[in-house]
Amino acid sequence: MADLTTGTLGDTLRRNGVSRRGFLKFCTATASMMALPPSMVPVLAAALDNAQRPSVIWLSFQECTGCTESLTRSHTPTLESLIFDHISLDYHHTLQVASGHAAEAAREAAMQASAGKYLLVVDGSIPLGNPGFSTIAGVSNLQILEETAAGAAAVIAMGSCAAFGGLPKADPNPTGAVAVRDIVTDKPVINVSGCPPIPVVITGVLAHYLTFGTLPELDQYSRPKAFYGTSIHDRCYRRPFYDKGLFANTFDDEGAKKGWCLYKLGCKGPMTYNACATVKWNEGTSWPVESGHGCLGCSQPDFWDAGGFYNALSIPVGDISRTASYAVAAGVALGAAAAGINRKTKTEANRQHSTVTVDDLEKTS
Amino acid sequence: MNTLGPSPHPFEVSATADPGYHNSLPLLHEIAHALRLLRLKGTTTTLDLSAIPFGPGDERLLLECLGRGEVSAKLEALGDSHIWESAYPGVWVIEHRNSCGERIAFQVEITRLPSILETRLEDIEEGLLALQRALANLQTDKSV
Ligand code: SF4
Ligand code: SF4
Repeated sequence: MADLTTGTLGDTLRRNGVSRRGFLKFCTATASMMALPPSMVPVLAAALDNAQRPSVIWLSFQECTGCTESLTRSHTPTLESLIFDHISLDYHHTLQVASGHAAEAAREAAMQASAGKYLLVVDGSIPLGNPGFSTIAGVSNLQILEETAAGAAAVIAMGSCAAFGGLPKADPNPTGAVAVRDIVTDKPVINVSGCPPIPVVITGVLAHYLTFGTLPELDQYSRPKAFYGTSIHDRCYRRPFYDKGLFANTFDDEGAKKGWCLYKLGCKGPMTYNACATVKWNEGTSWPVESGHGCLGCSQPDFWDAGGFYNALSIPVGDISRTASYAVAAGVALGAAAAGINRKTKTEANRQHSTVTVDDLEKTS
Repeated sequence: MNTLGPSPHPFEVSATADPGYHNSLPLLHEIAHALRLLRLKGTTTTLDLSAIPFGPGDERLLLECLGRGEVSAKLEALGDSHIWESAYPGVWVIEHRNSCGERIAFQVEITRLPSILETRLEDIEEGLLALQRALANLQTDKSV
């Protein structure tokens, strides 16, 4: 196997026997993956040819490993493997061979060798309730994050748990889970939300950093606009039915069979920003709405507490038809209205919130 | 009258096809607009189909409408790529697949010749050197 420890990405590709046409194909697919317009392919080709090899440290906290699963099962192995051959993934405790002290030594060595330059990727939320809730080598998640983020060039919060607290933060948030951005305030933090994020979005963000050495343009939640710039609803192929007021009322009625809009069945597409409607899942096979199920809103903050997955935008079941007819009449105002309703639901949820202590956990377990 | 021309266009075939979710129709208009630009100004356009919100049946309808012309090519680099001219000269479909056969990019290029098919100058230079070496070897073999 070629020595991949030095040189630019262009060198890596040439060492792997990639031809010039192959390189152009690689750039075309990468541009598509990064949601760049095809006219950017020559710029991308020049930048990729000279991309340096960054060190990446990947920390996993309160998470389910779904984000890593999503990435490693992504369906463009040639592209990913070329990119991952090129980055130096110096610490990832699920993927690395080393364990125990050797693993921690690898992290410390990478932090020293690339101080100020390495990219830190985090999946999972950080528990503040009790340091013992989640530790690595006996060290609390908070402490590891603080010390590793200190020397990082930038931090990528991978998945909704790292980006927004995710499922661990769901009411009543027993561990006091917080997002990376709540802890790391003096570094650029890029949120790649989703439960899990779309694999191509993960590699698209890594490829952007690798190519241009900068972070992409971000939205109000620090997510890359290229992937989170438009709502699921705005790019949904069922949108013409929504606009005509044609809704499925149950999962097996005539409307559902005809592929009508799933809004009344709880679709959160109107308030969810993600790339599912175009990038799709499983090698572009389909995505939840195409498979007949509404969007759960997994890339939005606190999606787990936004009412019920099958309630139309967090409205109690009894109000669904009224809300739907309002939505059809109000058109574009829907997003804002839904957000308002959602806030109300959350305030009620917060009121019910009670802190859970370790003693409480022990009592109930 | 010029009797040489492209094969009959397949649009008539698809007139009865399932219209899917109609997202392929605006795209066909965009392709027609780009073809006009190519004819008038020589401007080439590339459309990334993976950025289009296709519904079930949309892609099939688009490909049916475009049909296939007389040129098709296969590129074997990092997996197979299939490139073919549609029944509308100047409208090319390019499908890149990786070494596992999975699609990694899908484009319509409105151009005289897709850029991926053109031979790069560096390749020509390397090719020339290789050919000269091969000829020199042949001559040496002959003289032995
Ligand atoms: S509500 Fe959901 S199913 Fe309906 S158009 Fe919007 S995203 Fe698509
Ligand atoms: S459709 Fe919605 S819930 Fe499903 S993965 Fe995409 S953003 Fe998440």
